[in-house]
Amino acid sequence: MNEQNMDGRDVVITGIGMVSALGVGAQQNWDNLSVGAAPVFDSEKFAPYTVHPLPEIDWAEQISKRDQRQMEAWQRIGTYTAGLALDDAGLKDKQEFTSTMDMIVAAAGGERDVDVDTMILAEAGGDASDAATVVNEKLTTELRPTLFLAQLSNLLAGNISIVHKVTGSSRTFMGEEGAGISAVLTAAARIRAGQSTHVLVGASFNTEHPDMLLGYEIGHHLKRDGWTSVWHRQDSEGGGIITGSGGTFLVLEARSHAEARGARIYATLESVEADQGNNDQTATGERLGKISAATKLGDANYIISAASGAKERTEIEKEFLNSALKAVPVRGVASAVGHMREVQFPFAVALAALSLHHEKPVEQMDSRFEVGITDKPERVGVLSLGYEDAEGAALLTPANGGKV
Amino acid sequence: MSKFTDQSGRPIIAITGAGVVSSLGRGKKDNWDKLTGGESGIHKITRFPQDHLRTTIAGTVDFMTAPEEGSAALTYALAEAAALEAIEEADISATDFGGQLCLAAPPVELEWQHRFQLNAEGADLTPAMQSYDRLLLAARSNQHPSFSPSVKFAATARRLQDRIGARGLPVTLSTACASGATAIQMGVEALRRGESERAIAIGTDGSVTAEALIRFSLLSALSTQNEEPHKASKPFSKDRDGFVMAEGAGALVLETLEAATARGATILGVLEGCGECADDFHRTRSKPDGSPAIAAVRAALEDAGVTPEEINYINAHGTSTPENDKMECMSLMSIFGEKLGGTPISSNKSMIGHTLTAAGAIEAVFSLLTIRNGVIPPTINHVNPDPALEIDAVPNEKREADVRRVLSNSFGFGGQNACLVIGREPA
Repeated sequence: MNEQNMDGRDVVITGIGMVSALGVGAQQNWDNLSVGAAPVFDSEKFAPYTVHPLPEIDWAEQISKRDQRQMEAWQRIGTYTAGLALDDAGLKDKQEFTSTMDMIVAAAGGERDVDVDTMILAEAGGDASDAATVVNEKLTTELRPTLFLAQLSNLLAGNISIVHKVTGSSRTFMGEEGAGISAVLTAAARIRAGQSTHVLVGASFNTEHPDMLLGYEIGHHLKRDGWTSVWHRQDSEGGGIITGSGGTFLVLEARSHAEARGARIYATLESVEADQGNNDQTATGERLGKISAATKLGDANYIISAASGAKERTEIEKEFLNSALKAVPVRGVASAVGHMREVQFPFAVALAALSLHHEKPVEQMDSRFEVGITDKPERVGVLSLGYEDAEGAALLTPANGGKV
Repeated sequence: MSKFTDQSGRPIIAITGAGVVSSLGRGKKDNWDKLTGGESGIHKITRFPQDHLRTTIAGTVDFMTAPEEGSAALTYALAEAAALEAIEEADISATDFGGQLCLAAPPVELEWQHRFQLNAEGADLTPAMQSYDRLLLAARSNQHPSFSPSVKFAATARRLQDRIGARGLPVTLSTACASGATAIQMGVEALRRGESERAIAIGTDGSVTAEALIRFSLLSALSTQNEEPHKASKPFSKDRDGFVMAEGAGALVLETLEAATARGATILGVLEGCGECADDFHRTRSKPDGSPAIAAVRAALEDAGVTPEEINYINAHGTSTPENDKMECMSLMSIFGEKLGGTPISSNKSMIGHTLTAAGAIEAVFSLLTIRNGVIPPTINHVNPDPALEIDAVPNEKREADVRRVLSNSFGFGGQNACLVIGREPA
């Protein structure tokens, strides 16, 4: 977008809710990431896997006890984080705004009942039809009837509607990192086209559940030998991913809508691009070249990367950064908070907005790959390669779009 | 308003291809013949044992993949079949579609057969380990590439993208039982934004497993009238007692009218409008005053720039649950008023069951066929009408009618409401 084009349909960020192992709320996360605080992780509880655990949260700040009981952890994280974002945007409990607010949530599925699964695995013998009968019997008698609702993908959005009264529309995207990229991209595109004025967009992920780890480990994606920076996991045992629990929600608004209600604007979301295709290095590099050119990542003061640590994909990303964007410093935030799957892209976009707002870069977490930054950030890029599929990029500028 | 733009100056969205699979069969012809013939696709489940189950019937699709291939494989096969039929009808390359893919698909989950296999492998490796520790040990020790589509939510869309040559990053979405309609809405919005000239919207669902059935059963959502399966789904009847789970897929090729006309495509119909509204009342129940459903219908009519009087037929969500059918009729009554009695309303679910994620897309295909063929499919099993619902349900027999415009409703758990207005091709 050029300077003549700064208009009412610019997409601006007016609310940020964040939860990660590094803290609760945008402020705590920023405070820690802007000074390079040491990552918080646990290599014992799910050994041999390391996870970045959820910090202590007083759920009641955002969710009534009664509603909390209807949710599994990922829904609680998401509903809580969405509440933080609405609060931060000054929209909490303002039904004149939330009743027309659109919502796009990136989600997977919820958590299974480990006790019931354990019972079935212990009792089902070798015979396949006997095993199926045990499944029927145990699930019928042992499952909490409403657990299904705490597992259904679109029920995070459903809970946000119930708890925070966001009812303009409700869409749930599925598909790992790509879902988070599409959620931000679609929300921004709708605002730019006048199809929406204000959108709540985000995701949450609870990794501290064995079934969530199992999903990754089917593909041998998890790192099994402790923590290292996301850029240095090539020699890891197992895959290169260390997961983290957390969530991020953003309030995106048309500039005119935000200004009309006197909202504080963190940053302008200038552009978002995404793609997906053949995953060999050449084809992926070409797509990355295309989306980074379209978002002008080369003009960024630095790039916040949502790199997962997955060996092959992160190596491709490093190659691309080293060749096509050599002059642009980068920060791999998964080193600090872990891989939060659907949350990856929204989290990186939130950090970019905070960086512009605070006029400071995210601190380096790995001096071997990340170089120091002295400039005040004016343009911050975001890059995300999903651990198997999907690529996304964005460029953010200050609240006024970088105009004087 | 030019030839290619609508009342709001936006590009008109043409439908140039449609495809469908349901328990009635594969393809539009087979489905339409049986649907208008009042035939039911609901039957006794044979895919898994029925011991301990309260519901033993469903509209499973048993002719696409082998049962041991699992849900993810069936969900993909259904989507592919519907997509290829739609793309062929649109006369577009089946390997280089060139537009966006909007996919409504059910959430994936590792299946019990996979868990049992991991459990057995893990027991061989370290007998002392139990439960998930054992599953994780087996997962990291051995290769299980065939399990991948059951743990990756992006897998079905990725495979479809490769198969048909869709551009960009496909979206996989879930708005529960409104998903199919939302996929179409996403495609319409993208085309109106000028992001591409064509899109394919697909709703697919091959997820009838014992666990899925038990989950709905525990919420008392399913019919338990197992004795005569084909009679269990009876929308708008007094003795309706729940929906019947089913499988299938529907697909529409959407193009800007301008692009479709330029390449000489046959215009099958127009996707005139979409509307949605979320409900904040309850996780499974609708707000008692029906206001979110009413708002969704109103939004769709407004988006299409039409009045209720201009709707000739309503393709109902009509699940056959006590709650939905009552709420849907009440909501429609508040919009259509007296005229509702004169507007035929039928539910395809009386024959194909509730295809969940796919329903909105399948029913959009049937809505299109209703317009094109001038025949309204009936609501079957309508022998004991609910006297509280004063509607013309097109009972039991198809009806010939000049249908120029259809309203298709989709409502789902989690407060999801999405409605489509589909019209005849421009003269």
